[in-house]
Amino acid sequence: MRYLAERTLGDYLPLLLQGIPITLELTLASTVVLVAAGFVFGLGRGSRNRLIRWPAGFVVEVLRGSSAIAQLFWAFYVLPYFGVELSPLAAGIAVLGLNGGAYFSEVVRAAFASVPKGQTEAAIALNLSAWFRLRRIILPQALPIMVPPFGNALIDMLKFTALLSLVTIQELAYRADAIRSVLEDAGPVYSLTLLIYFAMALALSALVQWLEVAVNRWAGRSTRTGRKAGPQERSTSGVPRWAFGR
Amino acid sequence: MTFQWDWGFAFQQLPTLLQGLVFTLEATFFGSLLAFVLGLVWALARLAEVPVVSPLVRLWVEFVRGTPLLIQLYFLFFIFPSYGVTLPALETGIIGLGIYYSAYASEVYRAGIEGVPRGQWEASLALGLPLRRVWGRIVLPQAMRFAVPVLGNFVISMFKESAILSTISVLELIGQANIIGAETARYVEPLTMAALIFLVISYPAARLVRLLEARTGAA
Amino acid sequence: MRDVTMRYGSRTVVDSLLLSVKPREKVAIIGPSGSGKTTILRLAMGLERPSEGWIRIDGNYLWHVERNGALLPAGEQQARRARRAVGMVFQQFNLFPHMTAMQNVTEPLVHVLRLSKKDAHDRAADLLTRVGLATHLDHRPAQLSGGQQQRVAIARSLALRPKVMLFDEVTSALDPELVGEVLNVIRDLAHTTSMAMMIVTHEITFASDIADRVIMFDHGHVVEEGTPDVVLRNPQSPRTKQFLKAILER
Repeated sequence: MRYLAERTLGDYLPLLLQGIPITLELTLASTVVLVAAGFVFGLGRGSRNRLIRWPAGFVVEVLRGSSAIAQLFWAFYVLPYFGVELSPLAAGIAVLGLNGGAYFSEVVRAAFASVPKGQTEAAIALNLSAWFRLRRIILPQALPIMVPPFGNALIDMLKFTALLSLVTIQELAYRADAIRSVLEDAGPVYSLTLLIYFAMALALSALVQWLEVAVNRWAGRSTRTGRKAGPQERSTSGVPRWAFGR
Repeated sequence: MTFQWDWGFAFQQLPTLLQGLVFTLEATFFGSLLAFVLGLVWALARLAEVPVVSPLVRLWVEFVRGTPLLIQLYFLFFIFPSYGVTLPALETGIIGLGIYYSAYASEVYRAGIEGVPRGQWEASLALGLPLRRVWGRIVLPQAMRFAVPVLGNFVISMFKESAILSTISVLELIGQANIIGAETARYVEPLTMAALIFLVISYPAARLVRLLEARTGAA
Repeated sequence: MRDVTMRYGSRTVVDSLLLSVKPREKVAIIGPSGSGKTTILRLAMGLERPSEGWIRIDGNYLWHVERNGALLPAGEQQARRARRAVGMVFQQFNLFPHMTAMQNVTEPLVHVLRLSKKDAHDRAADLLTRVGLATHLDHRPAQLSGGQQQRVAIARSLALRPKVMLFDEVTSALDPELVGEVLNVIRDLAHTTSMAMMIVTHEITFASDIADRVIMFDHGHVVEEGTPDVVLRNPQSPRTKQFLKAILER
């Protein structure tokens, strides 16, 4: 055991790295809430019934309008006064997920709205059941549209979990800050932490790309979404080579 | 625990909160300015396809987008002093917000510029317009039509996310609310008021941007 | 143009083309879609760099410089010089959507020819009047019909007084009832100016009205060329016959 003053980042590395699974679990948990909330709010806002549409719209606007950080502190400090005793963990996950879900609801709503009405009408004309229509006609057209924005939402969740350090949850950011305060040298520990987050973000992006392929395959769409223009095709937009004087 | 909302207390704290709002708005304004300028720099650097430089800028943008703003702010806040740069927390926060959002802005600029139809470039070339004119008068104005509503949304996001500057001791809205809470042991009123102030400003602003979106989308 | 070849990947769109247009000459290029006609114009305008061969316009090479009798490859600078003599009207008009008709025309006058604002305005107003748009000077492209937009585009190119004008299927994107007004403007132009013109078109009557020479182009090659009387009324090549038959039956 060395004296405190002689310790280096290496001594605390295990402590820091143990934050990685915690951060990933928090990301996963809040993403589950996000998706659930996104569908509930999104379908609610797309509902034809005003008694559903208006409350859903109200909740979404409040969640989107009043700052995730404010909501986090609010859930941590204020909710207990109203007799709602959530653990910081539950409160944090709920806030992140609901906040993200409020944004994702727009994606869900737009994706369902983008399926032409004629699709439902044709399915009804064919006497297909409502469940079949949803599962085989509507979802295969709506879900693939949601995947790329979902990827962004997932990365956002990853980054937002760092905020949970502010309400005493000992994930990666919390540990980084704690180690910084002991070492009194911010550079290495924060640099490493940033790199770890970046690596996790890259891994999650790769996961979403895989998901995109899987969802498209399930929906029976071509899996090559990012088709590259062939050599003989002239692109109709884009910056020409000479645009920078070369 | 029984709880009673105290209106008197809430209004008594309002001036302090509004002082915090001034910092919030300041951070949003200058942060946006920095983000818009830096974002254009990143976008052009990537589009120019300069060997080494463009891939590095791309990596940089991805890195900034892939890491939490909180840690980026901590990094700046604790690193600047160790290089002898003493910046007030607010300025550090503005730089942090500006860099973070510039990475997002650069993608918007890039999409806007790439979305300008090839025919516009070709017509400019056929007319022999000088390159600076092509960028300044033909391409960027059309790219901006696309970019402005999105950038407007970024300003609103930054406004809300600037609450994070409280963690590096900037006394903006949430910072003030937390201090009031700590001093009076009453968190309910200040935090609720702070959240409402965010809502009261950002909701109309978001409506405004949506209006703008609808207008530029239709034209 | 000499020995000009254009390839995209493994596809050869224009193959060893030899084409020269004399001053004042009006050349119509016909041929089926995808035959590479448009590419000829894009090459002449310097929008594309040929894979092989060279292009010279009014004494300037587009992508080369001549030094001690040898042709050396050159870049954008040289191309800019050569492009001065050429104007082009596009199928999709390519007007600048955020500028009025007037600004579309004056923009290059002020910033390429360096005319004063007033001179540019006068010249633009004059040209827009000539193409029948005197009352639409301050309209934006979105407020103009396709035919009107195309006439603005013609005025915009004319304003720079090029020696050669290129027209790339300028009526293909127009509603049928708007085709006439644009063709009339070009017809008028063909009969009154000393500019050379290269016109890619599917309008056979129009081509025979104005062209001194008609080129039938297919699969990257010139199939047949000659006066309109020969190529359009009395074609020799079976490929041309077939093409004309298909067009007339449409």
